[in-house]
Amino acid sequence: MLHNIDMPTWDEIARVLLLRDYNTRVVVAGTTMLGVAAGMVGTFLLLRRRALLSDTISHATLPGIAVAFLVGIAAGWNPKSLPLLLAGAAIFGGLGMVAVATISAGSRLKDDAALGVVLSVFYAAGIALLGVIQKMEGANAAGLNSFIYGKTASMLMSDSVLIGAVALLAAVACGLLFKEFALLSFDADFGTTQGYPIGWLDLSLMSLAVVVTVVGLQAVGLILIVAMLVVPAAAARFWSHDLRATFFTAAVLGGLSGCVGSTLSTLFARMPAGAIIVLVTSSFFIVSLLFGTTNGLVARWWSRRRLTRRVSRQHLLRSMFELAEAKQQHGWEPARSHTSAELLSHRAWTSARLQRLLHGLEHDGFVREDAEGRWEFTQRGEVEARKITTNHRLWELYLIMYADIAPSHVDRDADMIEHVLDETMLERLRARLRGEEPLPSHEPIVASPHALQPESPTAPTVATVASATTGHGQEDLR
Amino acid sequence: MPAWIPWDWFIDGWIIAIGALCAMSCALLGNFLVLRRQSMMGDAISHAVLPGLVIAFLITGSRSVTTMFIGAAVVGLLTALLIQVVSRHGRVEEGAAMGVVFVSLFALGLLLIRQAADHVDLDPDCVIYGALELAPLDLWTIMGREIPRSAIVNGIAFLINVVFVVLFSKELKITSFDPDLADAQGIPAGLFHYVLMALTALTTIAAFESVGSILVIAMLIVPPATAYLLTERLWIMIVLSQVIAAAAAVLGHAGAITLPRLAGFSDTNTSGMIGVAAGAMFAAAFLFAPRHGVVSRLIHRVRLREDIARDDVLAAIWRLAERSGAPGPGSIAAPRATLAEAVGSPSMTSWVLWRMRRRRQLERLADGSWHLTARGEERARRLIRKHRLWEDYLVHEVGVRPDHVHGTAERLEHLDDPSVTRELDSATGSPERDPHDRPIPK
Repeated sequence: MLHNIDMPTWDEIARVLLLRDYNTRVVVAGTTMLGVAAGMVGTFLLLRRRALLSDTISHATLPGIAVAFLVGIAAGWNPKSLPLLLAGAAIFGGLGMVAVATISAGSRLKDDAALGVVLSVFYAAGIALLGVIQKMEGANAAGLNSFIYGKTASMLMSDSVLIGAVALLAAVACGLLFKEFALLSFDADFGTTQGYPIGWLDLSLMSLAVVVTVVGLQAVGLILIVAMLVVPAAAARFWSHDLRATFFTAAVLGGLSGCVGSTLSTLFARMPAGAIIVLVTSSFFIVSLLFGTTNGLVARWWSRRRLTRRVSRQHLLRSMFELAEAKQQHGWEPARSHTSAELLSHRAWTSARLQRLLHGLEHDGFVREDAEGRWEFTQRGEVEARKITTNHRLWELYLIMYADIAPSHVDRDADMIEHVLDETMLERLRARLRGEEPLPSHEPIVASPHALQPESPTAPTVATVASATTGHGQEDLR
Repeated sequence: MPAWIPWDWFIDGWIIAIGALCAMSCALLGNFLVLRRQSMMGDAISHAVLPGLVIAFLITGSRSVTTMFIGAAVVGLLTALLIQVVSRHGRVEEGAAMGVVFVSLFALGLLLIRQAADHVDLDPDCVIYGALELAPLDLWTIMGREIPRSAIVNGIAFLINVVFVVLFSKELKITSFDPDLADAQGIPAGLFHYVLMALTALTTIAAFESVGSILVIAMLIVPPATAYLLTERLWIMIVLSQVIAAAAAVLGHAGAITLPRLAGFSDTNTSGMIGVAAGAMFAAAFLFAPRHGVVSRLIHRVRLREDIARDDVLAAIWRLAERSGAPGPGSIAAPRATLAEAVGSPSMTSWVLWRMRRRRQLERLADGSWHLTARGEERARRLIRKHRLWEDYLVHEVGVRPDHVHGTAERLEHLDDPSVTRELDSATGSPERDPHDRPIPK
């Protein structure tokens, strides 16, 4: 039912992409610079948790435009002159900002309600004023509506220059005040104690937001401008934890959205530029959300998967080691190789998962499968398993002796922590549990403070714990 | 009706009725949005339903009420879900997540409208402004009576909301005020969040073909926020929000057809004016709410300062009389400069002296100095007694050093609670002299 999208001819594509038309050049340059400016300012707005304030500001500009128009008529100026309308928009945007601050400071309403009240009342007032203007005789009000949805295609050279000037202002301000804005965004209270004029900094950041919003009205309209401020900045945060990198990424993403969006809208019919620019930004956001290198869903899923895998491997190695230990205690043969069923009884894993883990370990040279299908350690696997088991038991002992946890309860707690212990931590654990003695290599490993499977009759006693910590009274498994 | 206002009982009556129905059904749900600190969700959802509306039009090719309601509920849920995904799994702050989701959806809606302009009788302007003025012209005949279609649609939405709020009042209350407690009691807070969002979307869709999304946003937030300033009880807040919403509809329409004419223009958009009327009521509540209003708190503070200044004047005269050895505090004339010094601020001094003179506590002598009347003397005596008893209490019961008690007593003396004074009397055993060995008046 939708229109078939008319594919442009190669000639048309070339014309647009090579910016042969004056008009295309103006529009693409304007929207790109707007995107860059909005991306820069938006980074700080987002960090300051003021993303929706930009929505309120942009809606609050509408009555300003209408009032400016009426003032223009009353004063006999050209009521549609852009500087006049934008000045009105800026004044009311600022008023909206002040109103939000007043309501949240002067009443028990929370920020969200203050934003909502100001947004809707200012906007309603703007609609009512536009209603008056539209029915005025002789006042040609057509075009005022373009501020609601934007009217990129009719951007003039002067608009583009204005946007360029604002982008430059934003870049210079953010460059000069980068450290201050960062402080404001992360820890305003600390900034106050350091003697920074936090109030003024906040005001300048918000004024930048107002200015960017106002020049963006012409391009994407007051409903969609919030996307330019918020979305590139939000997308950039998936790529880095570093503020400077995020800042530049946001600027680049914003610029790209403006550029790509306006180009697309020139190429294809029936594609309103404002909406297309926003949709391009949104697709950048979706891509970043999924594939961002630091916070992206795929990256996080992958690192979680790797963690799970590492933990499971360590569990498997320890299970094999402890199984061998228990079998030796009971004198069962063969003690050093195990069937899959034996291993499964140790862990709540599916058989498929166990096989996957075993084959993974085999691939990395930790275990091998013998002719009867039993699994045993390689040299390397034995060393690794011994280390892992020692870690586990050291931690169990620590919990029993210093955290007062019952021996029957330490296994699980140790299970959770053992995988994240690093070498220095382990060294300190050993030193503490063994009375500052360094652990000699090839020394017998610590005994488990509790019964191992298959059930061994000896429950852990104070004696085994004590002997384990001093490193005596253990037979060498080798 | 004056002749200069074009008024038609059928048309204007229905405009107000439809406006009020929309406003009330939005405000009803809005109470819970405001309490849950999710006011901007209303803004988000009312923008985000646009693509849903277009798609529903495209699929069914009709504007049937059922299709619209189902489409709305789906879009509402989807929006809430997407926001949740972006903010929880993407770890984006919730406000920014809302911004990302609703603006993207709105842009998608605009694109769809342009792409399908020939098939869809949907004007983005109409989505925003609505066409409340034309709503009474689209009539349905029900039981032999002609009723505007939008009155029926909004009536249904309003009924659904009322039933929801009445049936689940307890759950809504708990999940709004303390979601953790709700979870602990086995009430699924998450489920109520999503149902609330779906209903918000449904109300939005029902409302905005007649009144436009702007009025929806305003009515979801402004009447409940206004009511929130006026009361501390949930039920009163809900009732107040309904009254405010209905009043906004009446005042808004009246304003739309009269106000511009007063300035020599034609009439204007009713939806916009309803929003403005609600805004005016909000401003009034913000300033003049009995307990939390800005002006009320200001008055309260000025009164308090005045009380303190009056006590300072009384105490200053008493001490002056004591130091000069005059037979009684009423017999001494205190120069204005002394009193101004005790009060601290010249303007406050003039004000409080004028007030005390009016209350016949002070008299002004010919030379410009002041002396206490019998009534003023009585007040001063009580005040000094309180001050010195407090000093005694602080020294003997609290263990403060005698040279440190004056400042604290100075603040405590302004406490004007008879039961505290009585307790103080009995706790100190009504001594004759204070720790500085000055007499304590009876």
